[in-house]
Amino acid sequence: MLTFRQYLRPQTLDEAYALCQKRANLVLGGMLWLKMQNRTVDTVIDLCDLGLDQVEDLGEEWRIGAMVSLRTLETHPGLAASTHGAMADCLCHIVGVQFRNLATVGGSIYGRFGFSDPLTLFLALEAVVELHHAGDVPLADFVNQPYERDILTHVRLPKHPGRVAYLAQRNTATDFPVLTCAVAVGESGARCAIGARPMKACLVKLDLPESITPETAAAAGDRVAEQVTFGSNLRAGADYRRAICRVLVRRALLGCKEEE
Amino acid sequence: MEIRLTLNGRQLRAEIEPALLLIDFLRAQGCLSVKRGCETANCGLCTVLMDGVPVLSCSVLAARASGHSVQTLEGLQEEAEEFVGFIADQGAEQCGFCNPGYVMNTIALLRENPNPTDDEIRAYLAGNLCRCSGYEGQLRGIRAFLNARGTKEVNPHA
Repeated sequence: MLTFRQYLRPQTLDEAYALCQKRANLVLGGMLWLKMQNRTVDTVIDLCDLGLDQVEDLGEEWRIGAMVSLRTLETHPGLAASTHGAMADCLCHIVGVQFRNLATVGGSIYGRFGFSDPLTLFLALEAVVELHHAGDVPLADFVNQPYERDILTHVRLPKHPGRVAYLAQRNTATDFPVLTCAVAVGESGARCAIGARPMKACLVKLDLPESITPETAAAAGDRVAEQVTFGSNLRAGADYRRAICRVLVRRALLGCKEEE
Repeated sequence: MEIRLTLNGRQLRAEIEPALLLIDFLRAQGCLSVKRGCETANCGLCTVLMDGVPVLSCSVLAARASGHSVQTLEGLQEEAEEFVGFIADQGAEQCGFCNPGYVMNTIALLRENPNPTDDEIRAYLAGNLCRCSGYEGQLRGIRAFLNARGTKEVNPHA
């Protein structure tokens, strides 16, 4: 249970950042994961008054505020077009509509949770996170950085990431995933992100021939499965995850081919 | 700390502890349709509408609801009455404990998508758990309501 003494809504990012520097204080996202922790803090910092709940069209990029809900991303027509539907595919299995109306982009990405569906997709899309103090950081770097006392304000996604596909395996509907897989095949090459390993998602560059065939997709799936490290937890063992990885990468690549 | 919100159309001002959850605030206000289920943001029993959007009141701070409009089933009786009889006719309610959350989320669904397909109903209500029924009764009830209202999709279970 999360307990605290004070609830504050800062009116500027500088104010929020200053509050965030105290070790006893905590920035709230959707509060869904924080609420599950047995933790006592002094002050919780709610970013809800800072206008971070917008999806902006910057021309070549989408700029997504940290307080945008996962449900907003799921139903955003522009993001659906940019990702060929992968955005909704990635988010629609997370618990339920009510949960996704609360869960925020900032909470999902700052948390860098191993089970995170959006972390996996955003990695494959070469997202960039905007931190109030540290500035722009590629998500591929951010994912492995320590948890600094900074405020994630936005996430930027390219508007034309190429062909994209997202797949996940769950033991039962709405549960945490056993494995997540996002593939993007663009002009800058092919990228594959594997998450819920159960460790946090990692990015793999794919070396693909000109055209994707069932054979080349299967070979790429084998390579990714050998390259990525998997672990075991109550949902699945490492060997099972590796076997699933082969299949998901192959299917995702073939899904990208179908978009051609 | 003081919060101000609109609860079921009524302006409200209250003094609360900062860590109070919306579910506890609402129940203390007499909105007992808001059920305490899993308290892990999984079951949907505590669903309320905040600014018209369905959320889990077990995971929202009452402080965060300040400045917003909150609706519970107590404030949406008329809208609910349109379809709850169809759900009851299908025997979908057994213990009935999940029902207020189901009704709240169904209201949200029908506002957002007045003519959902069966798959759209299943997807929208996936966050509402029912340990008695297996979900088919609720689906048949909503489908029967939509059919009675003149939608085109034919109920495969009829």
